[in-house]
Amino acid sequence: MTIERLLAATCAVRPAGDEDAVDGVPSQVVARPASAQETSALLRTCSAHGLAVVVRGHGSKLGWGRPPERVDVVLETGAMAQLVEHSRGDLVATAGAGMPLSRLRHLLAGARHELVVDDLAVGRGTTAGGSTLGGAVATNLSGPRRLRAGPLRDLVIGVRLVLADGTVARAGGKVVKNVAGYDLGKLVTGSFGTLAVITEVTVRLHPEPSEVRQVHALVPRGRLAPVLAHLVAGQLAPHTLDLHARPGKDVRVSVGLGGGPGSTQRRADLLAAELSAPGLAGDAVAVADPERTDLQEVAPVVPGAAPRSTDEEVAGRPTLLTVTARLSGIPELVQVANDHGLTVTGSAGVGALRATLPEPTPVPAVLEAVAAVRAATTGLGGSTVVLDAPPAVKSALDPAGTWGPVPGLELMRRVKAQFDPGRTLAPGRFVGGL
Amino acid sequence: MTQTDARTGIPALLQELRGLLPDHVLVTDPAERETYACDGLAAYRVRPALVVLVESADHVAQVLRSCARHHVPFVARGSGTGLSGGALPHADGVLVVTSRLRTLHEVRAQDQRAVVDPGVVNLAVSKAAHPHGYYFAPDPSSQQICSVGGNVAENSGGAHCLKYGFTAGHVLSLEVVTPDGEQVTLGTEAPDPPGYDLLGAFVGSEGTLGVATRATLRLTRLPEEVRTCLAGFASTDEAGAATSAIIAAGIVPAAMEIMDALAIEAAEAAVSCGYPEGAGAVLVVELDGPALEVEGELEQVRRICREQRAVEFRTATDAAERAEIWRGRKSAFAAVGRISPDYIVQDGVVPRTALPEVLREMGRISADRGVRVANVFHAGDGNLHPLVLFDADEEGATGRAEEVSGMILDLCIAHGGSITGEHGVGADKARYMPRMFEPADLDTMQLLRCAFDPDGLANPGKIYPTPRMCGERPRVVHAADEPAVGGAEVF
Ligand SMILES: Cc1cc2nc3c(=O)[nH]c(=O)nc-3n(C[C@H](O)[C@H](O)[C@H](O)COP(=O)(O)OP(=O)(O)OC[C@H]3O[C@@H](n4cnc5c(N)ncnc54)[C@H](O)[C@@H]3O)c2cc1C
Repeated sequence: MTIERLLAATCAVRPAGDEDAVDGVPSQVVARPASAQETSALLRTCSAHGLAVVVRGHGSKLGWGRPPERVDVVLETGAMAQLVEHSRGDLVATAGAGMPLSRLRHLLAGARHELVVDDLAVGRGTTAGGSTLGGAVATNLSGPRRLRAGPLRDLVIGVRLVLADGTVARAGGKVVKNVAGYDLGKLVTGSFGTLAVITEVTVRLHPEPSEVRQVHALVPRGRLAPVLAHLVAGQLAPHTLDLHARPGKDVRVSVGLGGGPGSTQRRADLLAAELSAPGLAGDAVAVADPERTDLQEVAPVVPGAAPRSTDEEVAGRPTLLTVTARLSGIPELVQVANDHGLTVTGSAGVGALRATLPEPTPVPAVLEAVAAVRAATTGLGGSTVVLDAPPAVKSALDPAGTWGPVPGLELMRRVKAQFDPGRTLAPGRFVGGL
Repeated sequence: MTQTDARTGIPALLQELRGLLPDHVLVTDPAERETYACDGLAAYRVRPALVVLVESADHVAQVLRSCARHHVPFVARGSGTGLSGGALPHADGVLVVTSRLRTLHEVRAQDQRAVVDPGVVNLAVSKAAHPHGYYFAPDPSSQQICSVGGNVAENSGGAHCLKYGFTAGHVLSLEVVTPDGEQVTLGTEAPDPPGYDLLGAFVGSEGTLGVATRATLRLTRLPEEVRTCLAGFASTDEAGAATSAIIAAGIVPAAMEIMDALAIEAAEAAVSCGYPEGAGAVLVVELDGPALEVEGELEQVRRICREQRAVEFRTATDAAERAEIWRGRKSAFAAVGRISPDYIVQDGVVPRTALPEVLREMGRISADRGVRVANVFHAGDGNLHPLVLFDADEEGATGRAEEVSGMILDLCIAHGGSITGEHGVGADKARYMPRMFEPADLDTMQLLRCAFDPDGLANPGKIYPTPRMCGERPRVVHAADEPAVGGAEVF
């Protein structure tokens, strides 16, 4: 019996093609369960037969992490993409894991609500559809506006999970405030599909601000520290505080403000004037921002993520790092990264950034840059993870080289052993080779 | 769940600890141990077999290692203000008290971080940060006494978590001692550490995954402007409608609190807060942020309250007036003692939109059973704190009050809510967990417990009513157990 026939009793299945390979590892079939029940039947059968399963939303971030040791089944969440509930008065929505973020945004816009998460994989993945909700949660997708609303892990208030043994479980709920039982939503957020399959997510929404403005400043390197310190210590309550730093260039600092009509523009003008003072940026401009340039211009770090980007370094498959540091350490982090040829983009208000190195960089130079940046971030209270890289770079790294030091790794092994003892889900993709 | 034998476990453990820890940290005197018999939920009392007033993380590790060796359960205790019996001791176990771990290691405003020991009192963090223009956002009403360790364990919130979120969003890293006595760091000072979010899972785990011995906290910038206003309404229906309208207008206030007539009466009796006379409900709204934004929002709130037929609307013009508005709200729990000899503080959550209906149903239950219920709630996030009033000297009154209190939780569950928004499950509500969750949900949560605490020594009996033993359920599915799929070995 073929795998296809074996699994056909559980859900829709088709043979896998070349395009279904996971980070270069070919799969045998693509399964498309349409419910938690089908997912349960599928996983149970896969577990019983020792088949390795990798979950895929739109595949926009499937190359992130380590390539899995083996893949038999790609579990596509596309048939679980419905909006289950948008409770307007409660500012809460529940949707299937396969719901595209772009579609969710559209569905919520009528109520002027939004899930505050920035899709850094816009334009990527199958049919260039960007991230799905499940994929965003599984990778703890993080963008500029987390300064306003917190990281995605704080917006997930309920999850439905299917474990490798087929158990269907729910944690959390559909109320924002809830401390009943362990917060498994946090546990699976950022777990890269290695603990359970997320089939449904309930999220907290925010009202869209009536007005959004951006203030951009080109900051000479020597003044980055005082400018950032000034902004961090300010009482602007910005929605974003991002930087974009290319080797040898001035650093572009962008502040996003959101609020009431008129008042937001006034605040942006005040901030621009303040930043233009001698000793700070020297030259800042406030711009109206109907098109959310905070996403598109300032965050061209995922290949293809920025349709309007002209950055040559995002062509091909760059090495993409997540780099974090304490707030006061960001200027140093930026300098070290830039000195090693990396472009740095991300939230200087939160301390979570991304760094990219163009694909043609020779492997030893990439490894050296990773080591240098990792040493810097470790000293600055943060971490460096090689999220994505060309195959040559990936194969030169082991799990420790990819993820860096992982506090609590032994406990994580025990968690994995409890949730997925047969290593059915994306074996080898996550920290410590889990 | 644990097979401790008190006669062998504790004496052997004590003997071992005497060799490892200074004498003055070991509390063996029965009368002294008795003072730790309950937390803020005084209805439950258990005298712990041994109390250890730990003075360092190493002490905690020593105690937990000994507990593991002798198979003795342990319970962590901060300030003992918990309202769900989370810190209720185990009769055959050790109570690990953190109140001597009170060092506030550092406040680094430039990084928006504070590093503190678990016994540090919540408000002390904000006080230390204040001169730098920062504060620690989670603000439980007990903040003058409750500990950061307790906040972490309960994922505590406060009136202002509507806008700023709960403790979980304000902890970057924890040093913890796991039940096998290992010292582990979860998270980094910066966000997004690699690996599973064990930090996020630990926060809110009510002491069942280990003991936190140090926390790196996120500090929040003090807002440029704070405006507090109070509106009086004829009933909670109008106050609730105003709440919904404020949310619908796209405003996220820092806090939105409602008190009903009975709660107002109690507060007046206790602190003469001067709330609008004859009001059936008051709504307190606090707005904060950049001055330019707050002014506009205040105008909107004023207009909405008027549209919802507020009988009175006041705005505090200075800090003193602001404190005046909050005085009634903050005193509400204690104030209820003025109008009733005994009361149960309940904590449940419903979707905000279900508030009016739930309040009406609660009114019916109250009238039906002849049990008065005063309501104080965080209206913005649907977190109810019904205060069920009774007189324990009156025959059957305690039972009736408990019944009403339980019915309120059932109401919350029926409306898609939760049995606790901030006080935790603890010992008190473990029996309600199966009403809110399916067995598979609870078993899945238990997997996390088994990873941290396979022997079930950390605060046993809390949160989960009858957890399976770790490893009791087959976790690996075997092909042989599956329906026959002849020839599957072909591939
Ligand atoms: C008047 C009053 C008002 C209150 N208002 C609020 C409110 O507005 N919001 C709110 O959320 N709560 C409120 N509470 C409840 C309570 O104050 C909080 O839950 C608080 O966080 C408990 O802190 P504590 O130090 O007293 O913890 P304790 O009561 O000592 O312990 C609580 C739980 O934490 C565990 N624990 C304690 N320290 C540690 C540690 N270091 N590591 C691991 N586990 C530990 C214990 O085992 C126990 O399960 C209120 C209580 C009172 C009495």
